[in-house]
Order: sequence, then structure tokens, then C-alpha cells
Amino acid sequence: MSDIKLEIQKRILVLDGAMGTMLQAYKFTEEDYRGERFKAYPSSLKGNNDLLSLTQPEAIAEVHRKYFEAGADIVETNTFSGTSIAMADYKMEDLVYELNYESAKIAKQVADEFTKANSAQPRFVAGSIGPTNKTASLSPDVNKPEYRAITFDELRIAYKEQVEALIDGGVDVLLVETIFDTLNAKAALFAIEQVKEERQIDIPIMVSGTITDASGRTLSGQTVEAFLTSISHIPLLSVGFNCALGAEQLKPYLQRLSNETDFFTSAHPNAGLPNAFGEYDQSPKQMQQLIEDYLQDGLINIIGGCCGTTPAHINAIAEVAKNYKPRNVVCSSAVEN
Amino acid sequence: MSKQNKYLTLSGLEPLVVTPESNFINVGERTNVTGSRKFLRLIKEEKYNEALEVARHQVDGGAQILDVNMDEGMLDGKYAMTTFLNLIASEPDIARIPIMIDSSKWEIIEAGLQVVQGKSVVNSISLKEGEAEFIRQAKLVKRYGAAVIVMAFDEDGQADTLDRRIEICKRSYNILVEVVNFPPQDIIFDPNIFPVATGMDEHRLNALDFFKATKWIRENLPYANVSGGVSNVSFSFRGNDVVREAINAAFLYHAIQHGMNLGIVNPAMLEVYDEIDKDLLEHVEDVLFDRRDDATERLLDFAETVKGQKRESAEQILEWRNDELQDRITHALVKGIDAFIIEDVEEARLAVTKPIEVIEGHLMIGMNVVGDLFGSGKMFLPQVVKSARVMKKAVAYLQPFIEAEKDGKQEFAGKILMATVKGDVHDIGKNIVSVVLGCNNYEIVDLGVMVPPERIIETAIKENVDIIGLSGLITPSLDEMTFVSKEMEKKNLNIPLIIGGATTSRAHTSVKIAPNYSSTVVHINDASRAVTVVGNLLQKDNKVFKEQIRDEYDAFREQFLKRGKKKEFLSIEEARQNKFKIDWNSTEIIKPKQLGVQIIDDFDIRTLENYIDWSPFFRSWDLHGKYPEILSDNLVGKQASELFKDAQELLKRIFNEKLLKAKAVFGLFPANSINDDDIEIKHSSVSLSAVEDKEEKIKFLTLRQQSKKAEGKPNIALADFIAPKETGIQDYVGCFCVSTGFGTETLAKGFEKNHDDYNAIMIKALADRLAEAFAEYLHKEVRTKHWSYVSNENLTNEELINESYKGIRPAPGYPACPDHLEKKTIWQLLNVYESIGVELTESLAMWPAASVSGYYFGNQEARYFGLGKITEDQVKDYANRRKISVDEANKWLNPNLAET
Repeated sequence: MSDIKLEIQKRILVLDGAMGTMLQAYKFTEEDYRGERFKAYPSSLKGNNDLLSLTQPEAIAEVHRKYFEAGADIVETNTFSGTSIAMADYKMEDLVYELNYESAKIAKQVADEFTKANSAQPRFVAGSIGPTNKTASLSPDVNKPEYRAITFDELRIAYKEQVEALIDGGVDVLLVETIFDTLNAKAALFAIEQVKEERQIDIPIMVSGTITDASGRTLSGQTVEAFLTSISHIPLLSVGFNCALGAEQLKPYLQRLSNETDFFTSAHPNAGLPNAFGEYDQSPKQMQQLIEDYLQDGLINIIGGCCGTTPAHINAIAEVAKNYKPRNVVCSSAVEN
Repeated sequence: MSKQNKYLTLSGLEPLVVTPESNFINVGERTNVTGSRKFLRLIKEEKYNEALEVARHQVDGGAQILDVNMDEGMLDGKYAMTTFLNLIASEPDIARIPIMIDSSKWEIIEAGLQVVQGKSVVNSISLKEGEAEFIRQAKLVKRYGAAVIVMAFDEDGQADTLDRRIEICKRSYNILVEVVNFPPQDIIFDPNIFPVATGMDEHRLNALDFFKATKWIRENLPYANVSGGVSNVSFSFRGNDVVREAINAAFLYHAIQHGMNLGIVNPAMLEVYDEIDKDLLEHVEDVLFDRRDDATERLLDFAETVKGQKRESAEQILEWRNDELQDRITHALVKGIDAFIIEDVEEARLAVTKPIEVIEGHLMIGMNVVGDLFGSGKMFLPQVVKSARVMKKAVAYLQPFIEAEKDGKQEFAGKILMATVKGDVHDIGKNIVSVVLGCNNYEIVDLGVMVPPERIIETAIKENVDIIGLSGLITPSLDEMTFVSKEMEKKNLNIPLIIGGATTSRAHTSVKIAPNYSSTVVHINDASRAVTVVGNLLQKDNKVFKEQIRDEYDAFREQFLKRGKKKEFLSIEEARQNKFKIDWNSTEIIKPKQLGVQIIDDFDIRTLENYIDWSPFFRSWDLHGKYPEILSDNLVGKQASELFKDAQELLKRIFNEKLLKAKAVFGLFPANSINDDDIEIKHSSVSLSAVEDKEEKIKFLTLRQQSKKAEGKPNIALADFIAPKETGIQDYVGCFCVSTGFGTETLAKGFEKNHDDYNAIMIKALADRLAEAFAEYLHKEVRTKHWSYVSNENLTNEELINESYKGIRPAPGYPACPDHLEKKTIWQLLNVYESIGVELTESLAMWPAASVSGYYFGNQEARYFGLGKITEDQVKDYANRRKISVDEANKWLNPNLAET
């Protein structure tokens, strides 16, 4: 299970690109989302991408396959919204375990195929743990700043359910990502530590925050360094940033992060900033050049893409990543537990 | 692991890294209910916005970590901790720094840990409850991602020697690092700072052992940090600030030398080490290092010589006169020194082309400094009012020059109308706000007291004012303000309305006033906020601010109206069944020695000096705390002492020059309660001749508590303290009116004329205190002489203030009897106006304002209580008894009506 800890010391690992962008191409209809099983489900299900792991498992497997073919070392499970909190939008809280478990199994199966075909490049599955659609340290009501739509404990319990299912489904690493509220992430990390302790297991954890705009802060207001400080109490495989910004805009923050941390670093930026229609139009070539900039500066251990990125982008990134050495991390595990 | 791991690293919205190069890390401690009475009060009253201001002051004042403690018996600690930390999270300028979650209760700490996104510090855990609990808590602290303060405390108690400190810290450290895998750099030891110079031999090593333990920890427990609460060390010198500040500073200096790298320090209680008087420092350090057997005695003796000593010598005081002109003017304004302001302003005037430039330039620069200091909590209200005095003097001097110039007109930041509403005479608060706004370059149109709504509106339109401020103290003023707001709406005014005064509240403003008026309505509770609010309201693009306020008040109103805590009420009949029962057969009823009405016309006001309750005096100046402790309070003590000194001076003048006149009228009468809630008085009318010796009957109408009480608790009305007629026992009651307000107005006007608002406000505040003192004094005279139901009373003033006496003197308009109409009855019974000249306004405020009226109840079981809310049935019943319409009754009892 800890193969990834060895691989990451050898080379720059490539993470996959966007799942949502790929699924859009299938143009699934409401019926497709429902499949046979949820034909009579009372509420609309179109847009519930996580559900496709149950109703269109082949499409999900195909997307994973395309990313592995493009050169990705790690794919993320189709579980970005796989908590009872996010699934409440579709009244599918009861399906959370199954969704995560099946998603993990699909991804793991594809990964194993590729590892088997080429054991020199073992492939991994990261269990994607999204931020949920609620924030624990911000009030949704400007008139009631003390109000919170969700508590730490509610988050912790929801995350724990997701984490257990992902581990049961066979993921190699857990990826707490797109963190716009650090307190949500801390609840996820708390849940993971609980599961690790209860099951007496170790599983690598990747943490990836989101710098929302040019203020250089998370949505909940923390600077890069404050964010790092707030999540460094847990032994992590990597810490990094994803989403919201393109590779170019993200660079200064990665630079600061890289300077400050002894964890490995990761980045999966968007394909540039969205255009006026909300579409991402940065080409694989353009993104490749920007990522090469990271590599030249030795900022990165894990690199991939977020919104708007496709297998072509990942392929371009993988092409250049293999030419560079991974970021050098001074191991100070002397004080690690 | 992260690169920061060698150093304690914390975070709020921004990181805090404690490196060996870092200066001492200073923890803000005013947001602690156990250490700040003010903060406790704000939290108890759920005034979270003001509580946030306390936090903001701490951050502005340079705190690098904010200690938050909600450990108080009467508080729901978890709720208070969560609410306050959530609120902090939405204030980026406060949330910037890390939080220290401070509680002796683990569940409060855990509640705090669950709402902070940053890396905070837990204060504290220890081995007190044994290893298992220590390990459990430490594991959780680690999992929540916080650092931890470990107290030197174990199963056997708190470490008070060097050996015990070392033993416990070492043991704690080993468990944390080896068993819990706690990062050692996240451990902060608190090796207990205890007071020095207590006179007890076992305390002689208190400071030295702390220093040694600190050094030992830093040398032997890798990466661990040391912290402590510094002001505890000088505890035995409370009241002697010079010595306290010196001890704190010297202790802190040496503690840091020995390796203490963070701690809780009150900057106001700290002298600069280098500036400690050398002799004093030697005595202090003798104690800290236990250098002589007689160190404590010598310091105690020495302390006597520096008690209350001014730290500035006469030369130092005048040294500022050598500074540049602008610095001198600023200094004069900040320090409130008016001695040289005219010559400085004249110098400035000669240096500029137009005299107005002195106001807009020199003086405003200085006042901006005052404003900033006040805004950041470094200056206090009495100081600002003194600054205003200097400012006014300077402006008055320049005025003729400005007027001599044709186009010389002062540019104000805005024009504000201020008025105490119709029927109300109280203006201390209004005047303070006017002065503070005046200092901030607003033009004030002050309409004074008892201002009818027409005049407010007419003036507002004529003068084209930017903001209208209404003030009032008595409860009927609340209705009057509501009325004014409706009138303003009718006249289509679009001028923001500010509401202030002792009985006003955000609740009342949002529920009863804001809905009437489409323009902005804001409630302001202290002078410092007035400046911010007015500033925001007068900004060019104030739309957002106005909308915010509107939304805030809408939400507040909604929340207020749907508060879950609806009280249960008894019907008035049921409440009467549950009255306060006195056993009339056994209770002692004493017939007053002198029945009837007596007048004291020219009382020697000097007698009242010893009866003054000073605490409310400080409150009227926004300085909160109990007298005399307030004089040595960490935060406001210095200011309070200065204010007190000025008050004493003016008081001496009042006494020596007989500036105020004190008068009183009181009467004691046979009485019985009838129909449960009324008190019938037998009163021989003065005007009736002996032949027609018929008794006139006057009734006091009392109101009865109606909220449902716990088993065995009565629903009280004042009538319960008087024997019912049907018992056949003759009982007695008294009433009174005292005033010390005669002369106040003339004096205040005189001060105002000389641009001395400080003393104009002071004289009113003092007159109020003297009136209360007079009431206290007279009550004592009545108890011991005129009624004479106690003969051997020997109470101190403090006991009087704490109401330790037998019998009560409740006042109409106050909690036990909120009905102001009762004053009319008292006036009728005592002929108050004719006898001593105190008038009642239409809202039934007393004039002069510095007056007190009330009843006397002599029964030893009589006690103070609050009426609370009453329901419709009692209002109807009351209207019937009072012979007024239900509408009118509703108007007078409005603040006490339960919502239905």
C-alpha cells in the first residue's frame, strides 16, 4: 500500500485531470443518470456525477483509463461529492457508502490493469474527498455572523463514512481537496485519524487547498502559510493547491508553500481562468509550458489538472514531467511519530 | 513534517512563528471573563458586538495571541465560547491572530477547538486528574491541531518549589513526547507565577524558583516553550501601581532572560524596565532574587514612599514646551492641557495666511491623534472630554479672527442635531456624545432637554442637518422616541436617526423605532461608537452601510420577536393568590415617632460626602468597575483616579462655595393595603381646618409580578409589605422627594460659556450622585429617628450601598414599581412642588434632574424586587383602579407589557 511513498521519491508523479469535463462529453440525459436502478427516484438526478459510478460505471472506468493512457500515475475516484452532506441535495445520503466503495473499486480495477501491463510504472488511486457544500467557519447569513450551517462534528461524521468506504474499496491514498475552508479540512483529517486509529492502519494523505483569488488567501481568509500551519499537525504525504486558478496564477503561492513545507508538494491547477462563457480554453501546449516553469524551479512532486483539463493536457504535462527531477525534500522524520 | 517543526507555529488567518529570534510573544488577556469585569458583563448581557471591540482593542494594541476564557458560573461556557469564536471568525482584523482557548473545563476547550480553523493554543491541560485523562486530552488536542499549555500541576497539587516544577514538567513532557507523540515544539509549560513579597517565608523563592524552572525547561526539554501570567507576581501590591508596574517589568525582564518566550501581560500594568527608578529596582530585584532576609520589609517600606507618586517630575512636565509648534498643540490636545493653548494657537495663527487654517490644520491634526487613540482604546472618555475643552478654547480664541475675514468659514464634516426628547431632562450622555462628535469636527446643533418633536423636525429641516440624535433616560422617553420617528416619517424626512440613552437598547430600537422610519435608524450605546457610526453614515457612498444597518436591525427584530424563551404568566388573580405572605400576627410593626409631612429646606450638603456611591459616577463616564477598586484597575485605573481627583476638586468647591442647594420633603402615614394591590393612606390634609377633621384617603397603586415562579416563590407587589385592612392591624408607609439639583443648571451653563464641557458634565454627574446620597442619608434618618424602627443601626457606607439595611425605599420608575404615574400621587401627598420646588414634566421626569423620589416601607421582610413583565388582564385592572383608559395605561406601562 505504501508503494506510493517510494515512487514519489523517485520521480514526479502525475495526477489525472478533470472528471467533470470528461463526463460532459458523454452528454448524459436524466435517464442516463438514473439508469435502471433509480428510474422511479422522486427527485431529479441529472448533474449528480458521483451517481454515475453506479449507473454508468463503464463511462467512469473509461475516463480513468484515458488518463492512465495519457500518462497519469494517480487517478482520483469519482467521489468529489461523496458525503452525506453533499448528497443531501439529491436526498441520497443513504447511498454514500456504496457510491464511495464502488467508485474506489472501479478506479482500483483500472489501475491494477495498467500496473499489471507495466510494473515499472505502478499506478495508484486517490480517494477524492471534496469540501462538501457547507462551510464550518463561515456564516452563510451575513446578518448572523455567529451562525454556522454545519458543525465540526457533523462534518467529521460525514467524512468518516466516506473515508471508511473509500478505504474498503481499495484506494491507495486519500486526497482531501479543493479546501476553501480549513476547518472543513481539519474535520476530514480528524475523521481520517480516527479511522486509522480504529483500524490500526496507515494510509497516505494528500491535502490540497484552494486559493480563491488574487488576494492569495483561502475562501475562509487564511494565507498560504496560515493554511499550511493549520493542517500540518497530521503526517501528510503531500500538501498543495488545486482549482480556482490557472497554473500561472497559482505559481507564487506554490512557491511560498514549497519554501515552507517539508511535506511533498502537489498542484492541480485549472486549464487557465474561465473565459466569458465559463469555459476553459487553455490548450495542452500552453499549460505544458506553464507547468514546465514549476518543474524548472523544482516546486513540485505531484502534478495534475483540475477544471477544464483533459487527457491531452495530462499527456502534455506527463511528457514534460518525466524530464525533470522531483522537488527535493529534506526529510526530517526524526521528529515524526 | 513541515519545515516549521522546530518552532512553535500557530495561525489565525495569518501565521505566527515563535523562533529564538522572536521577541517575547504577548498574549492579549482582556477577553477573559475571569480577568475582566467589563468583558464578563458584555458576555452576560450578550453584547457580543461590544465584546468583539474588546478583542479588537487587544489586537490593535499589539496582542499576538488572543486568550478567550468563558469560565463563569452563570454562563453557558460552551455556548459563549462557540458564539464568540464564531463571531471572531467573521472579523478578519481580529481573526488574523491565533486564539488561545482558555478554560478549566475540557468540554469548553473542545467546543472551542471545533470552531477555529487556525492552529490555536489550548490553555491548559495538566496531570491534575491523573495520567489517563492527561493522555486522552493531549491526544485530542493533537488531533484537533492545536498547541498546548501544560500547567505544572499533578495529582498532588500545584508545583510550588523548584523541584516540584522540574519533576512535573519533566514527567508531562515525557508522556507527551513518548506516549502521545506530541510535537515537542507545540508544548508550552506554565510553571506557575506566584505573588512575591507576601510576607510569608515560604513565598520568598516564588520568583527565583520560577526563573530557575524556566531555565531548566528550556535547557532540558528540547523545543518546549515557557509561558505565564505575569501580573500575578505583584499581586500583594494592588493599589500601588508604581511598585506593581516595576515588579511586573522587572520580573518579566528576568523571566525572558531565563527563557520565558510567551505570556499574558497587561501592557497598561508594565513600566519600561530601563525607566524603573534605580532605588526601586534594587528593592524589587532584592525580592525577586531573594537577595536579603529583609528584602520584603524593605520593599514594603520603600513602597510607602512611592505610593501615588507621580512619575513625571515638574521639569519633565514642561519639557514638551520646547517641542515644535505642531507637537506642542498635539500634546496639549492629547493631554488635555489648556494652560498654553492660547499662546500656541496665536503663534500658529501668525504663521498661516488665514486663521481658519489653524483649525483645519494644527488643531485637526491634534484631534485626529486624539480620535485615533480613543478609537484604539488608548485614551478614555474623560480624557477626550478634556481634549475637547482645549479644542473649544482654541476655536473660541480664533473665532473673532475668522469672522473678521470675509470668506473665513469653518468647514465641518457634518451637522448633527442632538436633543433629549420631550418630557425628559437627562442630558449627561447626550452632552458627552455631542462633545466627542464636536471633537471630530462635526457641527452640533444642541436643542437641549425636553424638546418637542415639532421643534426637532423643524430645526432639522431649517438647519439642513445630516443626522438627528435623540437621547433619553426615563422609560417614557422610549415611547416619545417612537413617536418622533413616526412624525419624521410623516414629514418625509430622509435624515438618519441615532438613538441613545440609558434605557434605550438595540432591541427597543429595532423593534419599536426602526420599522416606523424608512431612513436609517441606529442605536448607539457609547460615545466612541458614535464617532464611527456618524463617520460611516456621512460617507459619500454610504448606501452599503445603511443597507447593512437596516438588514442587521431587521434580522435582530425578527430574532428578538421569535425568541423561543416565551415566559409563562399567571393571571392577575392567580398571581394575587400567590402573594408574598407576611405573618401579620407575629411581625413587628412600629408606629413612626413623627407622623405627617416634614420639609428640610436648606440642608448642609457637606453631610452627604460620606454617603456617595461612586461606582455609578464612573459609569456615567463610560469607565466600568466598582469603586474603590476601579481606581487601581489595570485598564482604566489611571483615568478613573484622575477623574476622581477632578470630581473631588469640584466637590470641594460645591461644598465651600455652597454652589448647590439640597432640599427634601418626606412624610410618614398610617396605611393599610386594600384589594390586594393598593395601599390606602390616611392623611390629614394640611388645608383642612380642625373642625372638619375628616381624613382624606389617597391610594398608592402597586403592580404585581405575573411571571410564573418556581415552586414556593411568591408573585410580589409592594402592597404585600403593608398589613391588609382586614387584619385590623394599623400599618404605616412613607414617601419622599430629595433634590440637590438647585443651582446645577446655572453652574453648567457657566462652564459651557467658558467652553468647559468637562466640568459642565461633571457638575451634573456630581449633582446626581449627591441626590442619591441625600436619599440614602434621609432613609437612614427616617429609619433611626423619624420612624425609628431601628435604633442601633451602625452601617458603613458600603453596607448602605449594598442595601444591607432594614426596610426599603423603592422609587417609581424603577424595577419594583415602574409606574411613573405614582409620582403624581407622591407629589399630591407631600405637596412636593409647593414645598421644595421640584417639578414633574409631562413624561413625569423630575426637574431639576438631580432629584430622587420614592416610598418607604419599614417592614423587616420588605425587599427589593423587579416587577418584570405583566399581562393584559393586570393592565385592564390597573386602568380601572387608576381611572384612566386602557390605552393610556398601556402607554405608561409599555416597557413592562409582555408580548402577546
